[in-house]
Amino acid sequence: MTEMATRKSEERMNLVIVGHVDHGKSTVIGRLLADTGSLPEGKLDQVKAMCERNSRPFEYAFLLDALKNEQSQGITIDTARCFFKTEKRHYIINDAPGHIEFLKNMITGAARAEAALLVIDAEEGIQENSKRHGYMISMLGLKQIAVLVNKMDLVKYEQTVFEKIVKEYSEFLGHLGVHPTAFVPVAAREGDNIASSSLRMPWYEGLTVLGQVDSFTRPEGNLDQPFRLPVQDIYKFTAQGDDRRIVSGTVETGTAKVGDHVIFYPSGKETIIDSVERFNAPETTEVHADEAVGITMSTEIYIKPGELMCRADELKPNVGRRFRANVFWMGRAPMIAGKQYKLKIGATKVATELAAVESVLDASELESNHNKQLLDRHDVGEILLETHRPIAFDRRNDIEPTGRFVIVDDFEIAGAGVILERVTETDSIFDRQIKQREFSWEAGEVSPADREQRFNHKGKFIIVAGEPGSGRRNLAKKVEKHLFDQGFNTYYFGITNQFGDLDQHGTIGTIQRDRQIEILGELARIMTDAGLLFITTLTDIDEFDLNKLRKLNEPNEVFIVSLGDPALGSSAIDVQIETDPETDAAVRKVVDELTSQQVFMDFSI
Amino acid sequence: MDQLDYLEAKSIHILREAYREFKNLCMLWSIGKDSTVMLWLARKAFFGHAPFPLVHIDTNYKIPAMIDYRDRMAREWKLNMVYGQNTEALKNKMTFPDGAIDRIACCKALKSEALKHTLSGEWTRWRMNHETGEYEEDSNKEPYTGVIVGARADEEGSRSKERYFSPRDKQSDWDVDDQPPELWSYYKTDFAPGTHVRIHPLLDWTELNLWEYIQREQVPIIDLYFDQGEGTRYRSLGCLPCTLGVQSTAKNVDEIVEELRSGKFSNVAERSGRAQDAADGNSLETLRRDGYM
Ligand SMILES: Nc1nc2c(ncn2[C@@H]2O[C@H](COP(=O)(O)OP(=O)(O)OP(=O)(O)O)[C@@H](O)[C@H]2O)c(=O)[nH]1
Ligand SMILES: [Mg+2]
Repeated sequence: MTEMATRKSEERMNLVIVGHVDHGKSTVIGRLLADTGSLPEGKLDQVKAMCERNSRPFEYAFLLDALKNEQSQGITIDTARCFFKTEKRHYIINDAPGHIEFLKNMITGAARAEAALLVIDAEEGIQENSKRHGYMISMLGLKQIAVLVNKMDLVKYEQTVFEKIVKEYSEFLGHLGVHPTAFVPVAAREGDNIASSSLRMPWYEGLTVLGQVDSFTRPEGNLDQPFRLPVQDIYKFTAQGDDRRIVSGTVETGTAKVGDHVIFYPSGKETIIDSVERFNAPETTEVHADEAVGITMSTEIYIKPGELMCRADELKPNVGRRFRANVFWMGRAPMIAGKQYKLKIGATKVATELAAVESVLDASELESNHNKQLLDRHDVGEILLETHRPIAFDRRNDIEPTGRFVIVDDFEIAGAGVILERVTETDSIFDRQIKQREFSWEAGEVSPADREQRFNHKGKFIIVAGEPGSGRRNLAKKVEKHLFDQGFNTYYFGITNQFGDLDQHGTIGTIQRDRQIEILGELARIMTDAGLLFITTLTDIDEFDLNKLRKLNEPNEVFIVSLGDPALGSSAIDVQIETDPETDAAVRKVVDELTSQQVFMDFSI
Repeated sequence: MDQLDYLEAKSIHILREAYREFKNLCMLWSIGKDSTVMLWLARKAFFGHAPFPLVHIDTNYKIPAMIDYRDRMAREWKLNMVYGQNTEALKNKMTFPDGAIDRIACCKALKSEALKHTLSGEWTRWRMNHETGEYEEDSNKEPYTGVIVGARADEEGSRSKERYFSPRDKQSDWDVDDQPPELWSYYKTDFAPGTHVRIHPLLDWTELNLWEYIQREQVPIIDLYFDQGEGTRYRSLGCLPCTLGVQSTAKNVDEIVEELRSGKFSNVAERSGRAQDAADGNSLETLRRDGYM
């Protein structure tokens, strides 16, 4: 029991050390490890011997710069994790590279951290990446920063040099709204103020680096925030004889318990938490921030991975397709308008486009450029993004974890951002594209009215929506045959011929499927313009998909026959088939509704 | 939540992300403590199930008890158990124990090469048939595009620089000087055809964390890690000819935890018993660039 009690108190904190190239980050960490006896036995001697063998001076940095190219170039290329323990807690220290070329690696390290050490060379003073890193740290949301003014030996341990840097850099951070926890004068190579107080700087009365690190506090605010659970997956291991349907994911913020009324966004589906599922752990009825959980629901509602689970009695998330964000770009190719990217936010992935660049910031000078229309590598931009379907998110100022995202370009994470606010969707890229298409549509000399006269009916896009096995295809084919026999121009399009995803369960919301919807809509626009009664089947179609198809098919209309597709609300449906869809009665019901909507010329029926 | 709770939650998140994103996913199970904890974490993540194949690279020089333990656990936990091997090299006796090549070349042949071709499906995979209890040739020859591996950052230098989701190119090579960014809980799950991704759920765990977790969860671990009364035990498991035991009288998990926390190993690196690491300063980085686990 005492064993358990001591272990319970063990906490771990992730730190990152950043700053301009060669200002001594790796040396600080190497020295910290050496002076606190944290290195494995023999490690220091091994590195010293290696230096001697290669006749080069010993560097503490070699304790961390383990890659061949790092040692040969005397530079950190990628962030190293090192493990370190004090009386107070365990640490993972991420030793980040300072060279601009490896900024993406620095970001990778910094994004893991809860607090940062920022190193500035006393002799060189504040450099470009001292500022850029300061900015990135604040953008990534780190609130605790200690600044180490290093290489004090090179400036004869003079207080005035230190004070000057403190003043200048405080001002810079002040513009970002960041207030460093402390400034510490150090000489890492010599060990001054690293693990023990330096006698050479009696004028400094603050903590050593070691003391500073222990004085950081672990941010614990996530529990008090509204409940947010991005649904990573929904498991049902039926083949293994397990019938539980478990909604799973990692709780970002807040708490929830059995019996709570919850809502999934963006679908808006509601239910009640029935149980908390765990393996090899005591039963529980609650879930909390940071836990990787499994939950079952009291009703069989149909939700998909990627949705955001929230509590009905708390702040609702934003749902929309447009937002303003701060984005840091790391891609080799610039971020441009008119190109499709993949956005990852929470557990969802969605196609996205750059709607506008409002300003681009030079993060080392904090100067904004309002004329630039793209983001180059290492730019930080305030931009508008538009997604191809609605997503659920929070403003980063409200709830940080659900207000941040990454952008994937060509298989790579190329951008990282935080959401400032939702923006209305009037005049979206999509709407503009449709408007543009219609504006410049080149027609022949036969007008839609001419065609209607000749064919005795309007062009119409008829969608038969239903689950696999519902008989949707047979109904669609029968309707085609019936209309054809009546002398109408009609065509049944077998959806799997081109768009397999649109006929499958579980693909809803995927980027591939969204793309297929878009192509189908364009195709329908052409077929209905040709005056056809264009018929196809879809599975798992939601109202957003449907609206998209409607818009793409404009100026012609869509006609929905539903066999009880669970994703579809009743308001969108033209005909609901409740009886056996494979009967003539079902076909008649469809045709009657088409008739009453005046699709056919009066005399033709 | 304490340290172990955070580590567990993060690993589970990574495993679930891998399971969702990779259609052809497998987990490398070396039978050692790391990958056994990883397998345990998978059963946590998937509520008692391990919903992907467990792949073991059998060098034929593994300590025999390891194979017994592997098959016993595979039956007990109903694992989808698969193994692969460099049959050519073994047939032609092109190994270090046969005196034909040095340790590093042997590792390359029996581990790296065997792994590469087993993952790609070019070489035969043997899969456990749970009805007969025997291994049969696996009819699935599709390449695995996601491979879950139990590497830890504290093991050695190049591993300290790894990503949770780490891409490998068509030759299985690791471009350690140009790794993709990884932020918050967003990982590299998009990859070009022909390439694959290594997934590392244990990157943030230390050796001590693992044993504390084994202790807390009572994970059934192979008893080669415990002193059987001779005053030696294994601290890391590999091939019999290249893995040395360590002097230790730790007879159970509690004693190992004590030994690592404040006892004789609290300051001694784990891989000190692996002969192939000593050969040149960067041998492990070299091996890993070429696809070694
Ligand atoms: N004189 C003096 N030199 C130092 C001190 N600390 C570090 N250095 C030297 O500064 C050089 C760069 O140190 P590193 O620790 O590699 O710098 P870094 O910030 O990690 O560099 P990157 O990771 O490549 O950005 C090395 O040659 C160190 O020996 C110090 O306190 N005094
Ligand atoms: Mg460095």
